[in-house]
Amino acid sequence: MNLYELTIHQAHMLLKNKEISSQELTRSVLERIHLLEDKIGAYITIADEIALEQAKAADDSISRGNMTPLTGIPLSIKDLMCTKGLKTTCASKILENFVPPYDAFVIQKLKQAGAVITGKVNMDEFAMGSTTENSSIKTTRNPWDLTRIPGGSSGGSAASVAADMCLGSLGSDTGGSIRQPASHCGIVGMKPTYGRVSRFGLVAFASSLDQIGPLTKDVTDCALLMNAISGYDKNDSTSVPKEVPDYTKSLQKDITGLKIGIPKEYYEVKGLDPEVEKAVAGAVKKFEEMGARCVDVSLAHSKHVVAAYYVIAPSEASSNLARYEGVRYGVRDMEKEEILEMYRSTRSKGFGPEVQRRIILGTYALSAGYYDAYYGKASQIRTLIMEDFKNAFESCDIILSPVAPTPAFTIGENTDDPLTLYLSDIFTLSANLAGIPGMSVPCGFSKNGLPIGLQIMGNHFNEELMLKAAFSFEQSGDFHLKKPGL
Amino acid sequence: MKITKQEVLHVARLARLDMDDESVDKFAGQIGTILEYVDTLQQVDTRGVKPTSHAISLSNAFREDGEISHMDRDKALANAPEKEDGYFIVPKVVG
Repeated sequence: MNLYELTIHQAHMLLKNKEISSQELTRSVLERIHLLEDKIGAYITIADEIALEQAKAADDSISRGNMTPLTGIPLSIKDLMCTKGLKTTCASKILENFVPPYDAFVIQKLKQAGAVITGKVNMDEFAMGSTTENSSIKTTRNPWDLTRIPGGSSGGSAASVAADMCLGSLGSDTGGSIRQPASHCGIVGMKPTYGRVSRFGLVAFASSLDQIGPLTKDVTDCALLMNAISGYDKNDSTSVPKEVPDYTKSLQKDITGLKIGIPKEYYEVKGLDPEVEKAVAGAVKKFEEMGARCVDVSLAHSKHVVAAYYVIAPSEASSNLARYEGVRYGVRDMEKEEILEMYRSTRSKGFGPEVQRRIILGTYALSAGYYDAYYGKASQIRTLIMEDFKNAFESCDIILSPVAPTPAFTIGENTDDPLTLYLSDIFTLSANLAGIPGMSVPCGFSKNGLPIGLQIMGNHFNEELMLKAAFSFEQSGDFHLKKPGL
Repeated sequence: MKITKQEVLHVARLARLDMDDESVDKFAGQIGTILEYVDTLQQVDTRGVKPTSHAISLSNAFREDGEISHMDRDKALANAPEKEDGYFIVPKVVG
């Protein structure tokens, strides 16, 4: 086996037993990145020198007997998280030269744990999109079929993990941006409960929905990364001061008596691909064979989730993106001599079409005369969506559903039809609106060989039960062991 | 059409965005379709429903009332497109 193919927990054992060094492991991953980057397009910035320095420091630390499960492990980071001294572009022209003066909370935690950062990976500009086609830097391709999208917005993270161009990655999820690309690339991705992981240093898209989480080759690695990044942070006023459990203790195979909620509304969605439906039904059956019990639950406001989300998220985005005016950071149109002209020209040249579309939509929804009809109404419906989940979790422990209605589609297929693209997020958005955790685990393949993901959703701060269910399912089959033919 | 070209232009001005005719046409059509879809929210009876401002119940987050250090000036200015003598440079604001 090549070193770059290892999972985090496999590599940890080899590092611990001194069978390999972090420098060997990191070199193997960097060579893999350089070999495949032209084909996959996962990375915006490859941090060869920094990675090798960190790997050397990790080896020194290990030789002193000082190591954590992440010491010496090469990880990629979505280019939306601030990395001190390492360019952070958000895949936008407006930030193409931005070098943060500080590390995001999660990066501080990874560095403290001794992890190695291989670079910053591609995404939809400012995390807006479901395909990674909205990157202003490059196109990322799905490692399972290079003509297809990897999903988005954490498409670079998902592709880099699936193509063994890192051992694990961090992404962010505002409406499904970790779970959906994880599903399309056949890996594990988790969006934790809102507030479980600090957003300090995560460039804001929609602040009440954004959450950082891991994308990994298997469930065990997901638990390991969750252990490293979770926890209270005084720099994020929405961070929840709640003790963090050891998530690896959840990795048990006994799910006897687990009550699984099946939301009937999810199966009434138009456009649900029969192959996705079949794979998810197969997964539900497997859970029943393992001793779980299915109960019907109702998420009555499911049909309004997309509309509510596409009012709330652009509204928050339009406000958050007001800070890019070409004065304090980012690029500036130097030709304009009048300040308003400079702002307008800088922003128009700096933001891509999807970002501008959402700024316009959000500004419209928040403007005088429309606020109550749009933002106010959507915020009330968000309350109803949260109540649906609260009621559902009174009769079940976890909820199972598809992640996306279809497997990955071809690049360019839906570029000019934003509403159709927005509807492809229908199964993932509600977890963000309700603040509950959700994850994607591989549950099958289409006849074209494209991965299909199963979504597991849990109640607030119940990541442990989700991981237990995901681990049991994963260990009952071999979907997580399959690799794209690259 | 749910949103007129004039409204797109007006909102673009509020959002500090320039927009050429082609973009105005395209956005008016696309945003119009999205707004028509969003209008389905009006079918939901929300009388007496409180809006959600936060998905997790949290009381106010206060920090200790003590001195904390701020970012070094050079670091704060490091990414500025134009700077001079410790200040950000902006185009002339008053005539």
